[in-house]
Amino acid sequence: MNFFEDVREYLRVNHEAVVQSLLDHIWLALLPVGIAFVLSLPIGWAVSRFGWIRHPVLTLSSIIYTIPSLALLLLLPGILHTSILDPLNVVVALSLYSLALLVRTVVDGLESIDDQIVQAATAMGYRPARRWFTVDLPLALPVILSGLRVATVANISMVSVAALIGIGGLGQLFTRGFQLGFYGPPIAIGLVLCVALALLADTIIVLFQRLVTPWTRAGSSR
Amino acid sequence: MNADTFDFLLNGEYWTWSNYDSFPHRILEHLHYSALALVIAFVIAFPIGLLIGHTDRGSFFAINVGNAGRALPTLGVLMLVLVLVGTGLMPVVVALVILAIPPILTTTYAGIRSVSDVTVDAARGVGMREWQIITGVELPTALPIIFGGVRNAVLQVISTATIAAYVGLGGLGRYLFDGLALTDYPRVVAGSVLVAALAVIIDLLLGLVQRLVVSPGVDGRASKGRRGRRDASAAATAVRTVEEVSPATS
Amino acid sequence: MIEFDDVTKRYPDGTVAVGNLSMTIPTGAITVLVGPSGCGKTTSLRMINRMIDPTSGSIRIDGEDITGQDPALLRRSIGYVIQHAGLFPHRTVVDNVATVPVLEGMSRKQARAAAYTLLERVGLTAGMADRYPVQLSGGQQQRVGVARALAADPPVMLMDEPFSAVDPVVREGLQQEFLRLQGELGKTIVMVTHDIDEAIKLGDHVAVFAEGGRLAQLSAPEELLANPVDDFVAGFVGRDRGYRGLSFAGSADLDVEPVTTEVEGLRLSLDDAGRPLGWAGVGGLLPTEGSYHAGDSLRVVTDLTLLSPAGAAVRVDAEGRADGLVRQSTVAAYVRRRQLGRLGSTES
Repeated sequence: MNFFEDVREYLRVNHEAVVQSLLDHIWLALLPVGIAFVLSLPIGWAVSRFGWIRHPVLTLSSIIYTIPSLALLLLLPGILHTSILDPLNVVVALSLYSLALLVRTVVDGLESIDDQIVQAATAMGYRPARRWFTVDLPLALPVILSGLRVATVANISMVSVAALIGIGGLGQLFTRGFQLGFYGPPIAIGLVLCVALALLADTIIVLFQRLVTPWTRAGSSR
Repeated sequence: MNADTFDFLLNGEYWTWSNYDSFPHRILEHLHYSALALVIAFVIAFPIGLLIGHTDRGSFFAINVGNAGRALPTLGVLMLVLVLVGTGLMPVVVALVILAIPPILTTTYAGIRSVSDVTVDAARGVGMREWQIITGVELPTALPIIFGGVRNAVLQVISTATIAAYVGLGGLGRYLFDGLALTDYPRVVAGSVLVAALAVIIDLLLGLVQRLVVSPGVDGRASKGRRGRRDASAAATAVRTVEEVSPATS
Repeated sequence: MIEFDDVTKRYPDGTVAVGNLSMTIPTGAITVLVGPSGCGKTTSLRMINRMIDPTSGSIRIDGEDITGQDPALLRRSIGYVIQHAGLFPHRTVVDNVATVPVLEGMSRKQARAAAYTLLERVGLTAGMADRYPVQLSGGQQQRVGVARALAADPPVMLMDEPFSAVDPVVREGLQQEFLRLQGELGKTIVMVTHDIDEAIKLGDHVAVFAEGGRLAQLSAPEELLANPVDDFVAGFVGRDRGYRGLSFAGSADLDVEPVTTEVEGLRLSLDDAGRPLGWAGVGGLLPTEGSYHAGDSLRVVTDLTLLSPAGAAVRVDAEGRADGLVRQSTVAAYVRRRQLGRLGSTES
């Protein structure tokens, strides 16, 4: 009768399945972000270093972004020779989206650096590699990390779509509620967990950002 | 894409008006849901974004709507509305509206905020009224950024409108879910290709509209050769920088 | 005439930007408001077109209180030029200039036609009319800014640090042209700058503001250099007041000696046309280091006497023929007499 009673009852009976969905959701969403982040740094560096690859890379990344996620999930099995239910499809699709977004933010981040600072560092005798890791990269981090936040949150909400074709994650709670004849409790549980997960991941990145870029907040008391 | 998919895509039966499951029908349905949701989202989000951007009051609201909106899974929202109000077009449109509001709202806000204070001061100083400043200076200058947000919203809505078929409506999602149910893979692939093509074509059309509507003085075309590539992507950079960096301060 | 009558601007947090300011800005002249940052000069300027409203007191333009006027209409009748020009990036140069006439209801075509003429007036070519601001240099943008302010032919112009954002060479050129333009137009101009040299160079009147929005002195620039009212003004006006003040004095009253006069053992050598070649002495010919015309300031003449090997400035006529000499000692005596008269006159 009472909705919250129903939710509690649903959790009592199905808690194992809910936890499994949550865990699936976490790795399906975060593994692609990790892969994309690792790949985006060298690609972003190359784009900022070699002007001629800029246009092709950025055009490709916006094309990737225009492909609908459900369509990509269903097209990948034909390309990767996987089964439609293979989680690898989800990982590859979300990695592509995250990479498309992160390459852009890495490029933006590197280009947002005041050129005079870079020149000063060079003039003081930094070699290129050391300068990039100790001057360029830290200064680009605020922009790069904000891109990481967007990619992470977008992925967490996008993974749900995979449930439509039968792959795990919290989206299964939505399809479950649908199959049970518009039964609210699993849907509500899925929504709450999904949003909570997104907020948690976002908060962790923000805290990390505060830790590693203290100078961005210094002097901003006004 | 294999031969079966081509056979399916080129099947004359799917290109007639009489067949209710034909491509033109499904495309029109798809566009119908998408357009309805986008118009409603625009009518809600655009004025609010303009107002928040112009007055710079309530930016906290704009940023949080953007963040929360991104975190909400559309499928979950759709199901929730289904549970609350029952089947029909409404739940799908509501879910898509909620999907489209954040990008339109945040980029409208960010675009207006990106207009230089000096420019706005000059506009006021030469005797423009507040509405003239908004429509005559801030909006045209912010257009590249706002277009970015609207195009993003359009892409997301067209992509996501496939879920209408999951809850019994039409649109291009029909081929995906019918194909999955019938284990008819060529049908699934054909549907996916059509959705992707529709999204890309609409985005290209909007890109053309953007070229026609946006002044060369603000989208980097006028500065080609002078300041080169940096300006060309200045607008795009600004969207991301403002939209994504600003939450960090909240 | 713009009158400030006991105007105060106090912000909610208690800071007083302008305190009990009363001053009169005369018609048809350039009045420069100058002072350290935070002295309220910009606030005072922006109160004239109601970009900021005073907390108390009143401002009148030609006797009419501006408080009751519609701000937008008031601003259209006052030209407004700001530091980074503030051009509208989405409009071409000509449409930027046509802004105010169009706001006032003129047809776009007519306003554009007028704008072309104005662009030439501020030294821009017609070819730039269809460019966008992003395609112009800083100095060119500032010229467009001035043209835009002039478009509706307003009797009053407000200029907030109009030349501060451009490099010194361009600034020098813009200042010269600005003075030439003002010579033709005779507008009532109120300008804000933090640069005292610019104020002295451009202003017919200079208002020195002190911190807290207090008007320390409002007078002609030469008066400011010669007789600063207090230590603050003297300190702000800076070094070399005496020397800089000579810019405002003419050289016509100096005693001129014949070109044949021998000075310190040197004699001026001339070519066949009578133009100076150099100072001839035992060691040969020494350079004159330049010459002056009858209309030049006392500062120019003094400078020449300092540079000349003979300690004497050479005056030439329009054709460049030497027609007189002025010795250091003559200049020194003249300046002393002038200063005596000046100080005596203010004390009486």
